[in-house]
Amino acid sequence: MSHVTLTALRKVYANGFEAVKPASYAITPGEFVVLVGPSGCGKSTMLRMIAGLEDISDGTLEIAGRVVNTLDPADRDIAMVFQNYALYPHMTVRKNIGYGLQNRKIPKDVIAAKVAEASALLNLDDYLDRKPSQLSGGQRQRVAMGRAIVRDPALFLFDEPLSNLDAKLRNQMRIEIKALQRRLGVTSIYVTHDQVEAMTMADRIIVMNAGRIEQIGTPAEIYHTPATTFVASFMGAPPMNLLDGQIAGGAARVGDHAVMTDAPAAPGPVTVGIRPEDIVADPNGPLTLDIAIVEELGAHRLLHGTLAGQQLSVHVGKDSPATTGPFRAALKPGAVSLFDAGTGERL
Amino acid sequence: MTTHKRRLRLSTVVDHAILIAGSLLMIVPVLMLVQMTSMPDLINMKTGPSLSIGDQWVPNFEKAMFQADGFSGINTGTRMLMNSFILGIGFAFGKIFVGMLAAYAIVYFRMRYASLAFWIIFTTLLLPLEVRILPSYEVVQRLGMLNTYQGLIIPLIASATATFFFRQYFRSIPEELVEAARIDGAGPVRFFFDILIPLSRTMIAAMFIIMFVYGWNQYLWPTMVTTEEGMFTLVRGIKQITQMLEGNQIPEYGRANMLALIAILPPVMIVIFFQSWFVKGLTESDK
Repeated sequence: MSHVTLTALRKVYANGFEAVKPASYAITPGEFVVLVGPSGCGKSTMLRMIAGLEDISDGTLEIAGRVVNTLDPADRDIAMVFQNYALYPHMTVRKNIGYGLQNRKIPKDVIAAKVAEASALLNLDDYLDRKPSQLSGGQRQRVAMGRAIVRDPALFLFDEPLSNLDAKLRNQMRIEIKALQRRLGVTSIYVTHDQVEAMTMADRIIVMNAGRIEQIGTPAEIYHTPATTFVASFMGAPPMNLLDGQIAGGAARVGDHAVMTDAPAAPGPVTVGIRPEDIVADPNGPLTLDIAIVEELGAHRLLHGTLAGQQLSVHVGKDSPATTGPFRAALKPGAVSLFDAGTGERL
Repeated sequence: MTTHKRRLRLSTVVDHAILIAGSLLMIVPVLMLVQMTSMPDLINMKTGPSLSIGDQWVPNFEKAMFQADGFSGINTGTRMLMNSFILGIGFAFGKIFVGMLAAYAIVYFRMRYASLAFWIIFTTLLLPLEVRILPSYEVVQRLGMLNTYQGLIIPLIASATATFFFRQYFRSIPEELVEAARIDGAGPVRFFFDILIPLSRTMIAAMFIIMFVYGWNQYLWPTMVTTEEGMFTLVRGIKQITQMLEGNQIPEYGRANMLALIAILPPVMIVIFFQSWFVKGLTESDK
């Protein structure tokens, strides 16, 4: 059973620009789905189509068993949290949270009870009579969440809700939002350009690029078996190393180095993908890297250098020796991903 | 040895001289007005403005407020003051209301030719009342609105200025606020009253100051459409009194000057009162 179903959902603007190419996927009840991609990839447009703030050009959108293509945002049974919170500046926190209910002609005592419940959940009890301008960024964010929660919607939509917060607060709110979503069990779609947010919060990630869905999968799937070179380079910090290689005699090689012995691909050029942490220091290893820069990060180190003349990064633990110059290394088993050199598709 | 003496710079002196001269230019006539309202009319007639202060304030005030001219005897100062208030407030609120509605339509609704409509409204700035006074008079007369408050106010309230200011202001309100309201189930009317009007209150205050003073000081139009003495406004009523200065009796300087003072006061009060409110609103709210 799916809760939200998109069938060939597409957005074309009046000037002919196709912001979202036909996209189809289904979201199961209670799932936390993150739409991630670089700016301009169409992720926000997709979210706004689901919210009803943007017209759907083609395809159908179903929420909780109803086709909602032409319904007003208010009738879609959704709630949305905006990047700049979009709180009503002239209303108190209490009124901000209750405004959506008030418009639905819900009795005053019911609204008061629901607002109280939401504010208790979000630790906003002390702030109910303040105006948004008297709150900190994190508190405003929580009010925006409160406004979504009281409505008890079928679907939560988040449009980069954390990008206006500083790094520390962002980490904290990330955990809060995730915990809240778990607790309420409301299906959620979350848009972000931050791959760390995507990895840490999502049950499933949808990676988008240039209006197209590149891959849909769990964070582990996305990370370990990226479907395209775009996904490989977008997810992970530092990103996956992508090297030009050759398939010859069943082996994948980068320069003179054999990186994979039983390559499941036809001879010819390929793109070889290796995660930085899958390269390990080994005095007898088959690879010799030339390290140019060592980045000390405390718990681990990042080594930047070259393999057969191509740039790559290595992620090693703090006890692993790290100096510039030659670096003998081996690959962990199953570390290598192969991509079509032309299309970037996974082989 | 160096001494730190506060030196009087020439530029500072010049700046202050200009400011003081400008202030005097504005304050002295008002002071003259105040002085003359304190003297008996005969002294004013003989000596003109002087430096002495008399004791005629109360009688002059009573005459100004309660003495009527003309045949009907109803155009007392209080009556004219009331008419001026009705004109000023009706004019200001009318302009704000019409301007807000027009700006709301232009900014928030996807209309064909919305920007064309806006620019047409904007070009009416080139057609102030004075240009269209004959046709406007004709329309008002045909509608039977001569000597009514509607006739006094309605032809004046279509306002490109207010529309323009509100349009600029509405465009600065974040799009997300509109979207949040849509998701919260606020329709166009609710959005206007629940969100837009409260958010615009500083803007409304600012427009009210400008428009009230503008309406209060209207002279030409009230002179055209009001012929009944009971409809006279202060600004035009003063003229009525000063006309008698040409007669052969002692002119009522004290009364006329007192009326002028009374006519100045409400706009000044409005500006002072609203300004503090306006600043408070500006600093407290953020969009």
